[in-house]
Amino acid sequence: MTALPAAADKKLGLVIDLDTCVGCQACVTSCKEWNTGGLPAPLTDLAPYEAGADGVWLNRVHAYEHEADGASRTVYFPRSCLHCETPACVTVCPTGASYKRAADGIVLVDADSCIGCKLCSWACPYGAREYDLDAGVMKKCTLCVDRIYNDTLEEADRVPACVAACPVGARHFGDLGDPASAASRLVEARGGAELMPEMGYRPVNRYLPPRPKAGGAAAAAPEALEPVAHDGAKGFLAWVDRVLAD
Amino acid sequence: MHPATSVIFFTTASGAGYGLLALMAVLGPAGLLPAERWFGATGLVLALALVTAGLLSSTFHLGHPERAWRAFSQWRTSWLSREGVLSVLTYAPALVLAWGWVIAEDTSGVFAAAGLAAAALTALTVVSTGMIYASLPPIAQWRSPYTVPGYLLFALMTGAVLLNALAGAFGIARWEWPALAALVTAAGWAWKTATWRRNDRLASPASPGSATSLGGTVRTLEWPHTEENYVMKEMGYRIARRHAAKLRRLTHALAFAAPLAACLVCLATGGAVALVAALAAVACQAVGIAIERWLFFAEARHTVMLYYGAEVA
Repeated sequence: MTALPAAADKKLGLVIDLDTCVGCQACVTSCKEWNTGGLPAPLTDLAPYEAGADGVWLNRVHAYEHEADGASRTVYFPRSCLHCETPACVTVCPTGASYKRAADGIVLVDADSCIGCKLCSWACPYGAREYDLDAGVMKKCTLCVDRIYNDTLEEADRVPACVAACPVGARHFGDLGDPASAASRLVEARGGAELMPEMGYRPVNRYLPPRPKAGGAAAAAPEALEPVAHDGAKGFLAWVDRVLAD
Repeated sequence: MHPATSVIFFTTASGAGYGLLALMAVLGPAGLLPAERWFGATGLVLALALVTAGLLSSTFHLGHPERAWRAFSQWRTSWLSREGVLSVLTYAPALVLAWGWVIAEDTSGVFAAAGLAAAALTALTVVSTGMIYASLPPIAQWRSPYTVPGYLLFALMTGAVLLNALAGAFGIARWEWPALAALVTAAGWAWKTATWRRNDRLASPASPGSATSLGGTVRTLEWPHTEENYVMKEMGYRIARRHAAKLRRLTHALAFAAPLAACLVCLATGGAVALVAALAAVACQAVGIAIERWLFFAEARHTVMLYYGAEVA
């Protein structure tokens, strides 16, 4: 059913730390590896070794140059489904293939009833859904629903593949509907933010902002060199100043 | 947004078909069109053929057309599902009306009631088509009070221009038909011009700063992938401003100005000259409205491109 549940019992989601993410793409490849054999399998790649390669990936990491208050830095930005509380991608679905689970809030696609009309991907402001040209159905992040409840895995591994793979601990998984959960406390402590709140989708995933650097962030432009000689100086130091000023 | 040929054909062809169907379904029972077999058969078959061809073509872009029947199930939430249900429901009263007009040569009584029902369902179907686009928050050009009335007006406009040609061909021309076609064409022209004016002044619904939650200035350093992915191909279609300007001028000329002039020629003349002008209006409006619909997609911008270096959505 594409009607949204009145309220999800839990709000499972990810907390992504933009301060610590180093852009290594480990979450991207581990997501692809797990899910191309998991619930949304296969994640088709077309022409993977040629020009025009085109494949389905459920997690993409962008690299941005971020400038604010005269300081700039590089920010790596992982982008995947935010498992919104009011996702229009679900309500626009004409077949009921897209649905949001009442038990944990995870948004899923039933590949057996998806007709591949692509309307859900138009309805997502975040580009979280990718169409599989070969399978003719829409694919999206499942929050690794086939890992997090999987009794055959060690308890420590019952987290989404992207979270398990992150080498710097920039990805956290938990119940964001429970204010006492570790994920919620992290969001609280670090001022975690939602993406495009103005769209009104009420995303569950949160992004932790980059911390201000100790002693101030790197300036957008390097500081001018300090003169080594006083005004009116002559000789070697004056010559050094002239050379460096050019 | 990527302009898919099947969706452009669907919305323009079924729009014209629904426009003609609604006009015949109202004007026939009102006694303004003759309850004559061959006129009724030609008009209603043309209308239903355009509608059916459009509906079938809309299934061509599906990944699984054989599952299209599932799209009738989610009418409680989905405008696409509502469009599907209403489009199929419309056939029932339309076929009853066709029975009366063609077999019984009678468009009164129960057939008149069927006509009104067909016209109402037709209007609701076209409203649903418009709402599919008007209900998408990421696309500001579509999520607009102009979208649904636009779809209704353009359906009525292309239908009225078709009816004018049909009436001319059957020698049942009255001054009302070219006058009606000219009137709705002028209204459509004004509406499209106002829509473009609004869209050109539209503020971006989000920014790279809000899309990433970072604020400040956010510039793309590197894409996550070296080639265009599905999201960029589907949502990232961009048209150069000078091409868009040229196509808008073509739309002004072919969809509105020329058909309007041709309808005025029909109004001023009669007989063979009027018929040629009426047919010319149909032909050039068909091309013009297809360009209009292509631009509707090509000029629509999606917020996801903010992640790929677009500064405004």
